[in-house]
Amino acid sequence: MVFQSLARPTDVKVPSDALMEVEHLTMRFGGLTAIDDLSFTARKKEITAIIGPNGAGKTTVFNCLTGFYKPTVGRLTLVHPQKGIHLLERMEGFRIAQQANVARTFQNIRLFPQMTVLENLIVAQHNALMKASAFSLAGLTFLPRYSSAEKEAVELAKYWLNKVGLYDRADWEAGNLPYGDQRRLEICRAMCIRPVLLCLDEPAAGLNPRESLQLNDLLLGIRESEGVGILLIEHDMSVVMEISDHIVVLDHGRKISDGTPEFVRNDPTVIKAYLGEEEDEELPTEVAQDLAGGAA
Amino acid sequence: MTVQVKDTSAATAPNVLFPALKEAFIASLLIVALGLPLLGLKADNQGPDLVLTKRWDLLGIAVAVMFVGRFVLAFLRGQKAARQGGLPQEKKKSGDNSIARLLNQNAKVLGLLGLLCAILMPFVIPDANARYVIFISTTFMIYIMLGWGLNIVVGLAGLLDLGYVAFYAVGAYSYALIATHFGWSFWICLPLAGLFAAFFGVVLGFPVLRLRGDYLAIVTLGFGEIIRVILINWGPVTGGPNGIGGIPAISFFGIEFSRGEGGFASDFGLEYSSMHKIIFLYFVILGMAVLTNLFTQRMRKLPAGRAWEALREDEIACRSLGINPTNIKLSAFALGAMFGGFAGSFFSVRAGFISPESFTFIESAVILAIVVLGGMGSQMGVVMAAALIVLLPETFRQFAEYRMLAFGVAMVLIMVWRPRGLLAFREPTIRLHPKDHQASVKEAA
Repeated sequence: MVFQSLARPTDVKVPSDALMEVEHLTMRFGGLTAIDDLSFTARKKEITAIIGPNGAGKTTVFNCLTGFYKPTVGRLTLVHPQKGIHLLERMEGFRIAQQANVARTFQNIRLFPQMTVLENLIVAQHNALMKASAFSLAGLTFLPRYSSAEKEAVELAKYWLNKVGLYDRADWEAGNLPYGDQRRLEICRAMCIRPVLLCLDEPAAGLNPRESLQLNDLLLGIRESEGVGILLIEHDMSVVMEISDHIVVLDHGRKISDGTPEFVRNDPTVIKAYLGEEEDEELPTEVAQDLAGGAA
Repeated sequence: MTVQVKDTSAATAPNVLFPALKEAFIASLLIVALGLPLLGLKADNQGPDLVLTKRWDLLGIAVAVMFVGRFVLAFLRGQKAARQGGLPQEKKKSGDNSIARLLNQNAKVLGLLGLLCAILMPFVIPDANARYVIFISTTFMIYIMLGWGLNIVVGLAGLLDLGYVAFYAVGAYSYALIATHFGWSFWICLPLAGLFAAFFGVVLGFPVLRLRGDYLAIVTLGFGEIIRVILINWGPVTGGPNGIGGIPAISFFGIEFSRGEGGFASDFGLEYSSMHKIIFLYFVILGMAVLTNLFTQRMRKLPAGRAWEALREDEIACRSLGINPTNIKLSAFALGAMFGGFAGSFFSVRAGFISPESFTFIESAVILAIVVLGGMGSQMGVVMAAALIVLLPETFRQFAEYRMLAFGVAMVLIMVWRPRGLLAFREPTIRLHPKDHQASVKEAA
């Protein structure tokens, strides 16, 4: 109980529209500082993108947010619309998904490959089902309480399967799906925990242009109809510039720019970080176009 | 173009002979190296002296057989490859063939049929070898039950446990101690022994929560040894190497299987026979094994069971979904151990005497072999593998010392042909579409 109250204080002040407030986040591995005093805000019902060159510390930020690393310094405040404030840095890894409802996907897809598509989505609803089955007792005794809960879980799974067009393949082994479908399934699985914040680590990696467009629609749909805030790491500028409301640019663990896509695209420090110190007359315009990507 | 094609085919023909000869030669060399100490030289006791007999003829025969056999094999294979245009044969995908699929999809029917056979068996076998057959069947059932219990830990939760026999021992000893000290009946001691074993499952589970794979296997191996060493050395309680004897025999819900008034036979108006107890024991273990199976089957369809399988597939993904890996692992250890404990208390009541010798590492290895041979997680597979492991050595009994050799060869062959186990096929725990729908979608795709 002490742990609970520490992780869920009532006197923390955050901006009224903030969903996730990151303050002075620092992560050191021995002598290496992967993230250095990073602060930013992810607002409700917004898509916040984190971009930056390779090794900038983007995934490390995610790992801190979702409890896989304990930050060296910093405060991570999640404002849950129903359950109030959670301080994620004080919570045990799995509780961040269980109680604060922060879901994530992984850069290298982490499905349960030998289980079916449907089972993947049902496992994601483990905590709700576990409660309904009274820690398996209601399930073992065939009480209707569990079977109705399981039906509901299947309905939620069906909803997401229909949304990404995997309904017909619900009984396939997840590992046998084509790559693009596996990416989409992982997003569905994250959505099945009914998150308030969805953290996507390079969801467009390995997708073809058509699939990237579908992904844009899916993410915009999640923002609009589910009211879920999205935190996005992405290299594909056609995705980032198209759908983000707000972009944070990292380089060597430090924030170098923070603002709307329009602002970030024209920020000279961002262009410098992506291309190096040398200012060349011709390159910046090309890069600007490249950064503009899908917008152009 | 045509000339070129002819040229290559002509060139491949002599090429078949030479590699085959080479392969046969290498194989023979191997036999010489292996056979020299094994076959060629033999130390014999002649009175007080040790005499070295040289058996070059035997070695020669072995080498000749190897050379000819290997040559024919390699030659035929080479010719076949040449006929197919020199392309290497495409390897069949093993472990996923249609027989396993068919067996697993009809598992319910087959299981019921098997159960029916098992129930009828004691009544139809001829009296002459009834005692032997039922004795072996009871052993068979114990191993099935242990296999199913370990299947929860290894097959479903993916936690490699090399010390499963520890829980078997805990169950057996707690049963023996409770029964001899308090004189409680089998049906009270059985759940208690199961609870003790489950408790030990949690005790083992806690320190190894962070370990996976090889490291976990080593620690569980150590745990198995710790339990055995405690049993040997804690003389005042466990009787040390002498074990515990005089464990009360099983009773028919309070009625003892004894001769004369008040015994099972006289109460039911039957003629006394020592077979009654043996048959009853057989049915008890059959019932317990069936219960284990039904429990596991049901658990697979519950969130806890699905979480076991998810944990086996990817622990990090589990954590990202808010699943508490600690609880999942501990529940798998505890439940697996509980069934081991049940089987142990049955072992105790059947034998009437237990000692640490019955709980050596080889037992753990045999149970693990059953699970792995059967195909991780497959309930049917465990039955088939248990049949192989328990019944095969029995059928080869007349070959005396060679039976373990045959047993070993069979194990190696199974692993070569079916590396993922006899029946490696996972049936989904829940379906959205009927089974034929899946096939039609696959064809369309």
